[in-house]
Amino acid sequence: MTATAQHPGVSTEHASLLDALESEAIHIIRDVVAELERPVMLFSGGKDSVVMLHLAAKALWPAPVPFPVLHVDTGHNFPEVLEFRDRTVEKLGIELVVASVQDYIDDGRLQERADGTRNPLQTVPLLDAIEAGRFDAVFGGGRRDEDKARAKERIFSLRNAFGHWDPKNQRPELWHLYNTRHRPGEHVRVFPLSNWTELDVWRYIAREGIELPPLYYAHQREVIERDGMLLHPGEHVEVREGEVPQIRSVRYRTVGDMSCTGAVLSDAADVQAVIAEVAATTVTERGATRADDRLSEAAMEDRKKEGYF
Amino acid sequence: MTTADILPGRLEDRPARTSTLLRLATAGSVDDGKSTLIGRLLHDTKSVLADQLASVEAASRKRGWKGELADLALLTDGLRAEREQGITIDVAYRYFATADRSYVLADTPGHVQYTRNTVTGASTADVVVVLVDARNGVVEQTRRHLAIAALLRVPHVVVALNKIDLVEQPEAVHAQVLRDLEAVGEATGLRDLHVVPVSALLGDNVVTPSERTPWYSGPTLLELLETLEPSEDLLEGPFRMPVQLVIRPQQGAVDPLLVDYRGYAGMIASGAVSVGDEVSVASSGMRSTVVGIDRAGTSVDRAEAGLSVTLRLADELDISRGDLLAGGDAPRETDQSSAVLCWLSPQALRPGARLLVKHGTRTVQARALGIRERLDVSSLTVEPAEIAELNDLVQVDLAFAQPLPLEPYGLTREGGSFIVIDPHDGTTLAAGMVGAELRA
Ligand SMILES: Nc1nc2c(ncn2[C@@H]2O[C@H](COP(=O)(O)OP(=O)(O)O)[C@@H](O)[C@H]2O)c(=O)[nH]1
Repeated sequence: MTATAQHPGVSTEHASLLDALESEAIHIIRDVVAELERPVMLFSGGKDSVVMLHLAAKALWPAPVPFPVLHVDTGHNFPEVLEFRDRTVEKLGIELVVASVQDYIDDGRLQERADGTRNPLQTVPLLDAIEAGRFDAVFGGGRRDEDKARAKERIFSLRNAFGHWDPKNQRPELWHLYNTRHRPGEHVRVFPLSNWTELDVWRYIAREGIELPPLYYAHQREVIERDGMLLHPGEHVEVREGEVPQIRSVRYRTVGDMSCTGAVLSDAADVQAVIAEVAATTVTERGATRADDRLSEAAMEDRKKEGYF
Repeated sequence: MTTADILPGRLEDRPARTSTLLRLATAGSVDDGKSTLIGRLLHDTKSVLADQLASVEAASRKRGWKGELADLALLTDGLRAEREQGITIDVAYRYFATADRSYVLADTPGHVQYTRNTVTGASTADVVVVLVDARNGVVEQTRRHLAIAALLRVPHVVVALNKIDLVEQPEAVHAQVLRDLEAVGEATGLRDLHVVPVSALLGDNVVTPSERTPWYSGPTLLELLETLEPSEDLLEGPFRMPVQLVIRPQQGAVDPLLVDYRGYAGMIASGAVSVGDEVSVASSGMRSTVVGIDRAGTSVDRAEAGLSVTLRLADELDISRGDLLAGGDAPRETDQSSAVLCWLSPQALRPGARLLVKHGTRTVQARALGIRERLDVSSLTVEPAEIAELNDLVQVDLAFAQPLPLEPYGLTREGGSFIVIDPHDGTTLAAGMVGAELRA
């Protein structure tokens, strides 16, 4: 039973799903540009941030993107992603601010964790960079379908002077009327992709012809299997006893800290094949590829409260 | 010039329009089975992935779950405090899709004191799903949720009559609920009300038709949702677009040919606009003709409500953020209005209070001249009031420092809605509806 079958023609009167999501995101980005003084957009070269930056360019076209982008660099990056990041920023002619976790470790402000994972270490450099840049709005590519804590967060999410998120004290978000007000020292995190799912993001990438780092598509890569995940051995992942590196056809669903971001076996070499794969997948994005998020049900909630992305 | 030219990327064949988006909100008293119902919808539409189901199965076993499958209510468990206290604190958003539609579901907690969450969820909803426990029938809380859905003019309301597996004469219960709802529907002015008997626990009539309800010939809950249309008023109303930004790239333009570009960016709030249409500016009454509609470098001939666009006009008018572009006659601007407020703050509203009001893309200073009456949502009676407290629905008179192009909420949810903000700390204090009436 479908709407179209019953009321021929009606559904085409409504904007399609992707048009609706795109328009919502553009509306959000424009409100920030109009109402806040110093926005910045988090940009890692990962697919969600690439889509968000594409939407920013569309929102303001033919004016240039008027704010800088910020990358919190774990020092454990895939080289292909860094190369892509730099090329994209240069093409758009925007400023790139890099907050480096490595610098913090080198001078002792942060300590390497026992498990070697650096994702949780990003919070302090992120908050320092926000303060140093006096940014009052920080765009993030988070989606509510990613995990339980994100599902509760507003599109415009107030952070106090410590960068903390208080889930019990969120502003109600009504109609399309966003409240961007904040006191000095506070800032707002803004999530234009809140209502997108992983599949929506991929369909949009296909529709718009958006380029991504090549890691997102199937390629031959040396991997080892650890705790049910496929990791790429190298500088950040040491081969342990009993682990046998093998060449497999893989792709990444997320690109983060190399030491804990797993690849998935895949033959999906182009965007249509990836869409088919994502549509048929049986495991969530994080579950499949992020060792640190699998550790605890509440991992993301704790990090978010402290000011993480 | 297309965006693919300014962004790294290749332009591929664009697939035909895909599915539509339907926004749902759920409401119900604690223990009516709302979490179970949402879990069931997600599970039976195959929106739950293996690792999520595995973690819910593990958690169910740990808590001594003996039923089939798993405790699907755990799928919607959110924050740790919620798990520990077994309650839901705040609105959470869930996503599921069928072949024909994508759904955004605002899952709003049902505690008595949380009217604010229901209002939040309902403000953008095309459909509100209200849970009723078949053992209790229509109760005070049900009336309250229906009153709020009616006040916010949610286009469709579906009552999920849940736990029909627990009552001995489900058919009689269903008939009684229909009778009770008819009265409530009339009193509150609900537009479109449906009742579906379900068992969230066992899955009856949620996605799959039940064999236990031969007396019910209507659709399952999902079948019904697949047929309900998103709000029609938006498309049918006159053209309205609050201007978010004036885009004038000058020397910074991404293309040197566009240094003289001047466009008015915004989301179309209602109606549609075509190239060649005459539009007017609400603040000045000045008129001009639309010569171009841009969607990021792609020009279109026509665009409709819900789309973000940039309009080019034949004349250079004095237009800035906060202005309203309108087809035909623009709404008259006014510096006073009567409105219904849903008060969302623990800090009470008193006559004379200094406030900020955001309507469309304009934020102005405002004062509460007087509070006239409040709707007692427990008894559904209207009574005189002097102040407004958390969760109160009150009729107030407001004055604005600058005039606003207000329209009755009864005609347009977009043009008739506003939020009230605390000028000191920026908190959102209230949801406002222009010219609305409190009805018992
Ligand atoms: N027998 C039966 N029990 C149900 C049904 N739906 C929910 N329940 C049970 O009712 C209780 C409350 O359900 P829950 O979904 O947590 O309610 P919520 O507080 O509204 O989210 C739980 O023990 C559920 O297992 C139903 O259709 N039939």
